[in-house]
Amino acid sequence: MTGVGSTEPAKSGALYDEIQAIRALYPEDSESAVLPALRLAQREHGWLSPDVLRDVADALETTPAYCKSIASFYDQLHLAPIGEHLVEVCTNVSCAVVGAQQVVEAFESELGCRAGETSEDGKVTLRTVECLGGCGWATIVAVDHHYRTHVKADGVPAIVEELTSGA
Amino acid sequence: MARDVQKIVLRGADDHDLTKLAEYEALGGYKALAKARAMTPEQVTDELITSELRGRGGAFFPTGRKWSFVPPKDKLPKPHYLVVNADESEPGSFKDNEIMARVPHRFIEGCLITAHAIDSEHVFVYIRGEYSGPYEILVGALEELRNRTDIRGDVTIVVHRGAGAYICGEETALMESLEGRRGNPRIKPPFPAVSGVFGMPTTINNVETLIAAAPILLNGAEWYKKMSLSSPKSTGTKLYSVCGNVQRPGTYEVVMGFPFKEFLYDLCGGPLHGRKFKAVIPGGASVPIQNMEEAEATLMDYEGFVAGGSMLGSGGVIVIDDAQPMVTVIARLARFFAHESCGQCTQCREGTAWTTKILERIRDGEGTVEDLDTLLDIGEQMTGKTICVLSDSCAVPVVSGIKKFRGEFEALIQGKRFHPVTAAVA
Repeated sequence: MTGVGSTEPAKSGALYDEIQAIRALYPEDSESAVLPALRLAQREHGWLSPDVLRDVADALETTPAYCKSIASFYDQLHLAPIGEHLVEVCTNVSCAVVGAQQVVEAFESELGCRAGETSEDGKVTLRTVECLGGCGWATIVAVDHHYRTHVKADGVPAIVEELTSGA
Repeated sequence: MARDVQKIVLRGADDHDLTKLAEYEALGGYKALAKARAMTPEQVTDELITSELRGRGGAFFPTGRKWSFVPPKDKLPKPHYLVVNADESEPGSFKDNEIMARVPHRFIEGCLITAHAIDSEHVFVYIRGEYSGPYEILVGALEELRNRTDIRGDVTIVVHRGAGAYICGEETALMESLEGRRGNPRIKPPFPAVSGVFGMPTTINNVETLIAAAPILLNGAEWYKKMSLSSPKSTGTKLYSVCGNVQRPGTYEVVMGFPFKEFLYDLCGGPLHGRKFKAVIPGGASVPIQNMEEAEATLMDYEGFVAGGSMLGSGGVIVIDDAQPMVTVIARLARFFAHESCGQCTQCREGTAWTTKILERIRDGEGTVEDLDTLLDIGEQMTGKTICVLSDSCAVPVVSGIKKFRGEFEALIQGKRFHPVTAAVA
């Protein structure tokens, strides 16, 4: 979007309607819908751009700054673009003691980017994350938010192939 | 080994698909709820008080007493809220994950019984954002109840997803987050029972706590109390999620007072081939580290873990073997707490960051002799001085680790590398 943009808050559209449905689940005058609304907007747009934050704010009758203050607190909400796929490797102790670091390094080598970065073709963003609560099935790798269990370094090329082959 | 086969929380889940309403009902599901609704809220609460069930989230506060703190509606005419803490984020802990994924209806039954006991029609389940799998199963189970007004009654259950913040497992931070704010813990008082979420009387329970309500009501408080092998103060069963360097990681349910040595070596299969256990963190990342002498003498209940130099915590058992450098393990724990500090309190914000920095330089062979005293001093400053206990939680593994494994720290400081055992792993 270029130029000054619309100064009128959006009062319609699919996102707007879905956010109104979320608001109805919580007491009136509460701000509770902000987190589910941000999750919803991110699911649709991939990340929370300034434009998306403004749309969410309009639907919630609050300010983009307030939405950003919430988004910046939570690890799963992205204020910068990410790749088509998100790969998150747990590196907390339970995974670390069974080889999480080697899994991270295998992803870095296969994707040609460091943890915290996106592969050059824009397909995969690689992150290291804190405990995902799957410690009994370590190492846990969340691929697009769904857990892969017992991941070892030698299983990484197949995951990367699956994500980048366009299938 | 029959002593461990006392499944209460996970009963039937090995042989039946209890995510399905029909299978859960065929096993007697939702009968405890009917029984509870035929009783007054006070009678239900009294039964829970008699059972001496204590909160499984880590604080072990008596559950029935907590329920009794919510003032009756004729004294405080406001809506009552039940908030369920399903924000399980303690490193090493994945028991609530298993509960919601495998016995969602028993969990929902626990929520509805609790709602009846505190006279509430509003239940919020705050589930951590990363738990997509359990979330979908839970929502599926609730969907099955859509037309079952005989079960749902007048109660609305909303499953509210977090978005990645360990601190939101702290009950006041959870309420802040649920109200649409940053997850900064609140100063208490006021306590939730009087002014909790949305400023209303609120009861907050852990997933594993309220799931025990159904079996207690069906079988009676005395039955629940009798299961304990040890201290009469710790009753019933407890779930442990076991992970790290051990043959059979997974979720185990055992009666209170079960011997930890038998648990680790028999139920969990002992160490990996050619290795030896070196240390155990028995209750999730924020409890003191045990050496094996302590662990092997421990009886698994609230008092037993304290006597064994640690705490029961959430029951997230992290097993560490002799191939792991303790300084690396402890530095990683500190980095976790530094990442998750909300930053409100100086002792925590600065303490977690500096603790991590110092531990990582010791790990990398650049530590000094003074560093250990500095870490202990910072640990003392971080304890008992902040709004919530995240700060204390960071100091706990660091201080206990230095006390119990000082030799490994000193060897690194003196320029000696850690030499793990070189053995094949089965």
